[in-house]
Amino acid sequence: MAWHERNRGGRCRPGLVSGALVVVGLVSAVLGFLGSTVAPASAATLVKVDGSSTVFPITEAVAEEFQKTNAKVRVTVGISGTVGGFKRFCVGETDISDASRPIKLSEVELCADNRVGYIELPVAYDGIAVMVNPKNDWVDHLTVQELKKMWEPGAQRKVIRWSQIRAGWPEKEIHLFGAGSDSGTYDYFTEAIVGKEHSSRGDYTASEDDNVLVQGIATDPLALGFFGLAYYENNKDKLKLVPIDDGNPKNGDGPILPSAETVKTSTYQPLSRPIFIYASKKAADRPEIVDFVKFYLTAGRPLVREVGYIPLSDEVYELGLKRFEKRVVGSVFGGKGGSQIGVTLETLLAAESK
Amino acid sequence: MLQRVKKGRATERIVQSALFLCGVLSIFTTLGIVAVLLFETVAFFREVSLLEFLTDTQWTPLFEDKHFGILPLISGTLLTASVAILVAMPVGLVSAIYLSEYASNAVRRVIKPLLEILAGIPTVVYGYFALLFVTPLLQSMIPSLSGFNALAPGIVMGIMIIPMVSSLSEDAMYAVPQSLREAAYALGSSKLQVALRVVVPAAVSGIAASLLLAVSRAVGETMILAIAAGQQPRLTLNPLVPIETMTAYIVQVSLGDTPTGTIEYRTIFAVGMMLFLSTLMLNLVSQWLRERFRTA
Repeated sequence: MAWHERNRGGRCRPGLVSGALVVVGLVSAVLGFLGSTVAPASAATLVKVDGSSTVFPITEAVAEEFQKTNAKVRVTVGISGTVGGFKRFCVGETDISDASRPIKLSEVELCADNRVGYIELPVAYDGIAVMVNPKNDWVDHLTVQELKKMWEPGAQRKVIRWSQIRAGWPEKEIHLFGAGSDSGTYDYFTEAIVGKEHSSRGDYTASEDDNVLVQGIATDPLALGFFGLAYYENNKDKLKLVPIDDGNPKNGDGPILPSAETVKTSTYQPLSRPIFIYASKKAADRPEIVDFVKFYLTAGRPLVREVGYIPLSDEVYELGLKRFEKRVVGSVFGGKGGSQIGVTLETLLAAESK
Repeated sequence: MLQRVKKGRATERIVQSALFLCGVLSIFTTLGIVAVLLFETVAFFREVSLLEFLTDTQWTPLFEDKHFGILPLISGTLLTASVAILVAMPVGLVSAIYLSEYASNAVRRVIKPLLEILAGIPTVVYGYFALLFVTPLLQSMIPSLSGFNALAPGIVMGIMIIPMVSSLSEDAMYAVPQSLREAAYALGSSKLQVALRVVVPAAVSGIAASLLLAVSRAVGETMILAIAAGQQPRLTLNPLVPIETMTAYIVQVSLGDTPTGTIEYRTIFAVGMMLFLSTLMLNLVSQWLRERFRTA
């Protein structure tokens, strides 16, 4: 299995990477200049992608593979964040925008003002699993409030026993494990559970290496931890998955276990979400953009799992491809932002393709 | 004839200056390292007060509620080093006494190099040995032991430094003048009495020096602890829970994507400085003790 190589621990923080991108940008500007003196056509074969750092690992992997077979096309992938990505995309600066949520109404308006049509294409699911040791016999499920109680910054050195989480749980220490503060998983988890991105307690075992977390939880009866759902699949026998109750009966009553099914029906909330790329309709007239997007939705499928995400069903990829071929603009989410609860991507896209 | 002498002197000079350069190179490398450490540490202390660094009981520089108290990292380091020395001291001393006082020359010539092999095993191997073998073994005896803990890597680190203790202590004991032993025998002492009441006290400064060197090695050890001790700074003396040592913290931050020039980045230099000062101190004391033993 080669998928350790690009696991999501490798998701970088914008600071460092954008620094690197500046360097890459400078180099490519120089190369571009040299190239333009030799072959004037080279400027046309550039695919510009920017946006979410969550989607970045997938786009980056796809771009890498794509450029192997299309040596003349250069794909640049930025990470300005979903918001920053749309800001550039909606004024026509980029061809494709990576987004970790559907486009928002304000962004829809910005795009409309600049006459930028967008084709919305889901590319994967992002999910986080919460796990305890298999010997742990008291945790049957956790609510989002309980998770928040454990992980919010105020819990630092105060919430240290299981009994503090729920009455009746043992009077024993709780040992927390989680993704390190440099990872996209950490950002998403803190946003979904604590309510504020990049904000949590600091007294837990934090590692960018998922293997360390697996080892820690698997060998410590008092452990609880979280990391990318796709990584759990490889370590099923060593860990006990915890069902999560978000207290909202509309997307499934009671606690829900993460699985391919509950992620796809978006009932495993709030720790799973579809993630997208938005392609500009105007850019879709260019053959290299068409090639890249088609490559993304076909050859890109196995790469999704490789970098630590959950692939969509083949049906959704096909519907996405159809949507792209017909150049269907607009969002199936109606520009409301946030995933629509209890509605699957299949039904949303299928309803539209009729 | 004269020419040959001159030629010989010329080569001599070249060799001499080459050797001098080699010596100077290592000194300058050390100076360079100290300079970088100092530079970044000073920058760190412009933002964090020394008082907070030394007295705050939390270490969370990478998180929302930032604390820069190095005490949890020091307690982690001391805890693992103590476990290591508790293992290495008795085993190392007993084998040193055996090698110096009981073993025949032939036996010593075989056993001493064999013991020293322990010091040659790569520490990453020791690390996984602690994580995947010693910890599960200990868990069958102590059910409350966490998967990452100070005990297992401490024990394994103790095994690693046994040869340091045994070899250097044995040198010190072996150097005790034969006349002292003979005098004790003449007074009717048994072999054990000679070993414990005459040789060991006479060699005590050398033994202490070997122990301090071993402690210094344990304090600076990185790989075993980064692999098996955990990554959670915790102010505790309980060897059964995950902790983090100074060295493991430096590894953790170096592996992430912490941007250079930030306070998070500078913490590793401040911690490195602390580590450098503590091992330097241990080495100096150890050296001073050995000097004393040589003149005694």
